[in-house]
Parts: sequence; C-alpha cells; structure tokens
Amino acid sequence: MGMTAAEKILARHAGKSKVKAGEFVFANVDLVMGNDITFPITIEEFKRLGATKVFDRDKIVLVPDHFTPNKDLKSAENAKIVREFARKYEITNYFEVGRMGIEHALLPEQGLVLPGELIVGSDSHTCTYGALGAFGTGIGSTDAAVAMATGKVWFRVPETIKFVFTGKLQKWVSGKDLILAVIGKIGVDGALYKIMEFCGEVIDNLSIDSRFTMCNMAIEAGAKTAFIAPDETALEYVRTRAKREYKIETSDPDADYANVIEINVSNLEPQVACPHSPANVRPVSAVKNVPIDQVVIGSCTNGRIEDLRVAASILKGKKLHPNVRMLIFPGTQQIYREALAEGLIDIFIEAGAVFSTPTCGPCLGGHMGLLAEGERAISTTNRNFIGRMGHPKSEVYLSNPAVAAASGILGRICSPEEVE
Amino acid sequence: MNKSKVWKFGKDIDTDAIIPARYLNIQDEKELGLRCMEGIRPGFAVMVTPGDVIMADSNFGCGSSREHAPIAIKGAGIKCVVAKSFARIFYRNCINIGLPIFECQEAVDATDEGDIVLVNLETGEIINESKNLRFQAMPLPPFAREIAEAGGLIEYAKKFLL
Repeated sequence: MGMTAAEKILARHAGKSKVKAGEFVFANVDLVMGNDITFPITIEEFKRLGATKVFDRDKIVLVPDHFTPNKDLKSAENAKIVREFARKYEITNYFEVGRMGIEHALLPEQGLVLPGELIVGSDSHTCTYGALGAFGTGIGSTDAAVAMATGKVWFRVPETIKFVFTGKLQKWVSGKDLILAVIGKIGVDGALYKIMEFCGEVIDNLSIDSRFTMCNMAIEAGAKTAFIAPDETALEYVRTRAKREYKIETSDPDADYANVIEINVSNLEPQVACPHSPANVRPVSAVKNVPIDQVVIGSCTNGRIEDLRVAASILKGKKLHPNVRMLIFPGTQQIYREALAEGLIDIFIEAGAVFSTPTCGPCLGGHMGLLAEGERAISTTNRNFIGRMGHPKSEVYLSNPAVAAASGILGRICSPEEVE
Repeated sequence: MNKSKVWKFGKDIDTDAIIPARYLNIQDEKELGLRCMEGIRPGFAVMVTPGDVIMADSNFGCGSSREHAPIAIKGAGIKCVVAKSFARIFYRNCINIGLPIFECQEAVDATDEGDIVLVNLETGEIINESKNLRFQAMPLPPFAREIAEAGGLIEYAKKFLL
C-alpha cells in the first residue's frame, strides 16, 4: 500500500520512512507563523516553558495583520508585544505594518511556503498552503510556543479524502464556488480531522489564486488541511520566489484514501453560503433579491490580484447602489501596487468603494467595517457564523468576488450576468 | 466528585460563538470568561456556577484556532466539556491547555439542560443524577492522554522536549 502526500510529508518531518493514518507523531516543522491576536498568548506560554531562545530565527514568521493598523489601545499593546519579541529574538521574517499583508496571501508571495513543507500557524486558515503542495495547518497559541522553542509539533496522522472535479467551469465560476459547493455537500464537519486532496481536470486548469481560495476554506469543512499536487502552475509560482531547496511530495497511485468523491461542475453556477453556516450553500439564482447594506471584497480567501481584476471588470464604469457600502481589502502591499498599476483602484474609487490597506479587520468583526444590528453583508471572506462581522443580529452571505461586486451595483444579491 | 449543572448546546458551536473575535485583544482568563458564549447565549457567564459542565452535540469548537475559546470556557468556571465530537484545533487546544474534554454521544443524547451530573475527570465516567443514568466517555488516545496527564503541553514539553 502506498502513502498519501500528507503521510509522506509527516513521515519525512518525523524522521520516519513510513507513517499511517491514525498514528501520533512529533514532527519537525519548516515554519511557525503567528499574528497579533494569537501570538501574545504564545509569548506568555513561551516564557512559562522557560525557553530562552527560539529553535531557528529564520523559521519563524510574525505578521501583525488582524487588528492592525492598531484598532484600539489594547490592540496597540498587543502589536507592541509581538514587535518587541521579534526584535529581542532577531526574528528574520517580521512584517511591519506597511510591509505586511494578510498572512496567508503574504507567506506564499514571499516564497516562505514551498512544496512538501510542513508549516504551522496559529491561525486556522494556514490550510491555504496546500495550494502549493505544502502541509500547512492551524494550531493554537500553546502549540506555537512549543514549536517556536523546539521546532516540534504533535500530530495525529490524518486520513485523506480525494475530491475529483470533472467537467468545464461556466463563466463567473471560480475556486470559491468549487469549495462552497463541496462544503455545502459534505457539511461543516464533513472532513473532520481529514485532508481534502483536490484533483481532476478542473483543478489542472485552475489558476493558482483560485487554488489558494479553495484550500483556504478546507477548515470550514473541519479538515486538518487541503492539498493539491504541485504541477506546472504551482511550480511556476514557486520558482521565482523560493529561496531554499524543497522536495515535492505527491500521493502514490495506490495510496489509501478514506473516501473518493467525484463532482461534475459543468452545471455549477456561482454559489452563495447563506447565514449562519458556510455549509448553508445555494446557487446564486436561489438567493437573488436579498437586499444588502455592505459588500466586502478581499481577505485571505479572495484578496488576490485575480479577485480584484474580476471585481474591477464588473465595476468598471458603474456606480454602487446608493444604499451600499463596499470595502475592498487587497491581500498584500504587492497586490495593492499591482492593482494600482493596472488602474483597478481607480475603477473601485470611481464606483464609490473604499480601498483599504491589507488587514483581516472586517472579516472577523475586528475593525474597519463592522455590521450594525439587522444589517446584511455579502462578503468574499470565509465565515458567516452568528456575529462574525459585528452584531449578533447581523447577517453575512459568502460568495465569489464577481457575485459580490455585481451585488454592490444592484443593492441586492445577484448574478454577475445581471449587470454585464 | 462534585455535582455539576449541565448547560446544553447544539451542533457546530463555533469559536466566534464561544468568544467573539472583537475580544481577541484580551488574554486574561477571567476577563475572557465574562464574554463566553455572549453572542449565542447572552448572560451565560453570570449564570454559570463554577464547576458546571457544558454538553454539546457534534463538531464543538469549529472555526478559528483561537486559544481564547477554551480559555474563555475555563475562565467562565466550566469544569469540562462533553460533546459528541470536537473540531480538531479546538480539541488539541483543550489538551494543550488542560481543559478536560470528553466524547460521549449517549450522554449528550440523554442529558437535558439543567440536569445534575457527576463527571470523573480521571476515568471519563459520567453519572446523570437527575435521570439516574451512567455513561462512559471514549478514552483519550494514549498520546493525548500523556500530554493531558502531564498538565498540558507546556509541562509535557518541559519534561520531554527541552
């Protein structure tokens, strides 16, 4: 019996020739990432551990992206704690406001995520890195403290579910719709403790940005992480960025999968996840006419250049509905500059939207655009739990950037075709 | 074993429900405890008596990796969480910080809000005194148990990893 890619990556990092799903191992990680909300607890635990040095200052990444630029005094203190730690331990990859981006857009862009690597971050969307064939997974603050001191994290080797996508994507359908369709099908615990491996002709033809979006939301199905075998699309992205050696891992043809699910996407229209669960998914045609107050485009899910290009293609020469506020958050400073150079920002401002510096802010109801009681948003982010973006009696619908942009024009949820 | 009152929750209770993200700039256990479950059950923190127990359906703690969630539950005075299943990051966070958790489908199905239970944290035995029923939770996997018995990941790491 062969091994899955996830088993191979964990085996290699645990110093073993073979591991099997269900086994517990301590593995050596290639990178530990923390941010301004999870890392202050990590630092406390690091002190409690009695650690006096980090395991490798080049293998720690600190990104103050959640409540920055500092949303209030308490957040400013937290950002300061992280900054001072980075200075004290001479952390190589500390990204200050102005140079930082939303962590899961930033790390791959900076060449800090490579195929075959084992990466942990104290943020659940660390699963995004599966798009490059890495095993990236979210851990807690205490896990991160021990990982920073020792380079080690404990794992239960997960089973893998293979998702095979066949058919041809319709216009305006992207990675976001594929992952929403999957979560709608299997539920928010449909891949609990498991790896979601995506493959098939649709994935082969999918852009790298759409792949990041898909892998980003694996956690919304309860998965440990997602994985896409690195192909030319992934390697083209990695080659110019990589500053260190890496080893590509893929699943053996006779690997043991927990399940294989085939999905034909030829008839798939853009998908919308309705309140209050990412699994409450319907085709956009079934939720048309829901009025909205706010549109959010961006985040670690859909804040990449392809997403901004799609939104701009719809908003070009149009004005937002007078009742709608639209907030656009690019993933990184580099994406911001690309959007600037391509004239996208001008299109957004002309339409009446806000274009912000990168931050996680509104996605988790932190700052920069909370919803009041009774307000409703359509958002390209990843979660629509009760109170996620503000008041417990506000509502969030999740969609791809095309649907979100079009809905901003009509003031209600709509298909992009309606504004073309 | 002390008697505990049960607070019952449904399935897919997410970490935003356990502790809304706007409080993630707080680290203090007691302060986080005051905000526990605020969005879905206002006033929860003041109604809880220290030593009470949360019982929930499947996939408890889904969503973000915030360790603030199990810390808030501890801070609210909850002795342990019994659920049909747990989301994976929440599960490992509980083991790492020493918040006792038990998987026991039958106990969750048979227990109502407000029932009085006795939970043996060492053995996983759950006695529902109100209904005169007895259950046995699934034991933790041996590896996780070692970490839990050491008092959490920090104590474990001090002994075995440093």
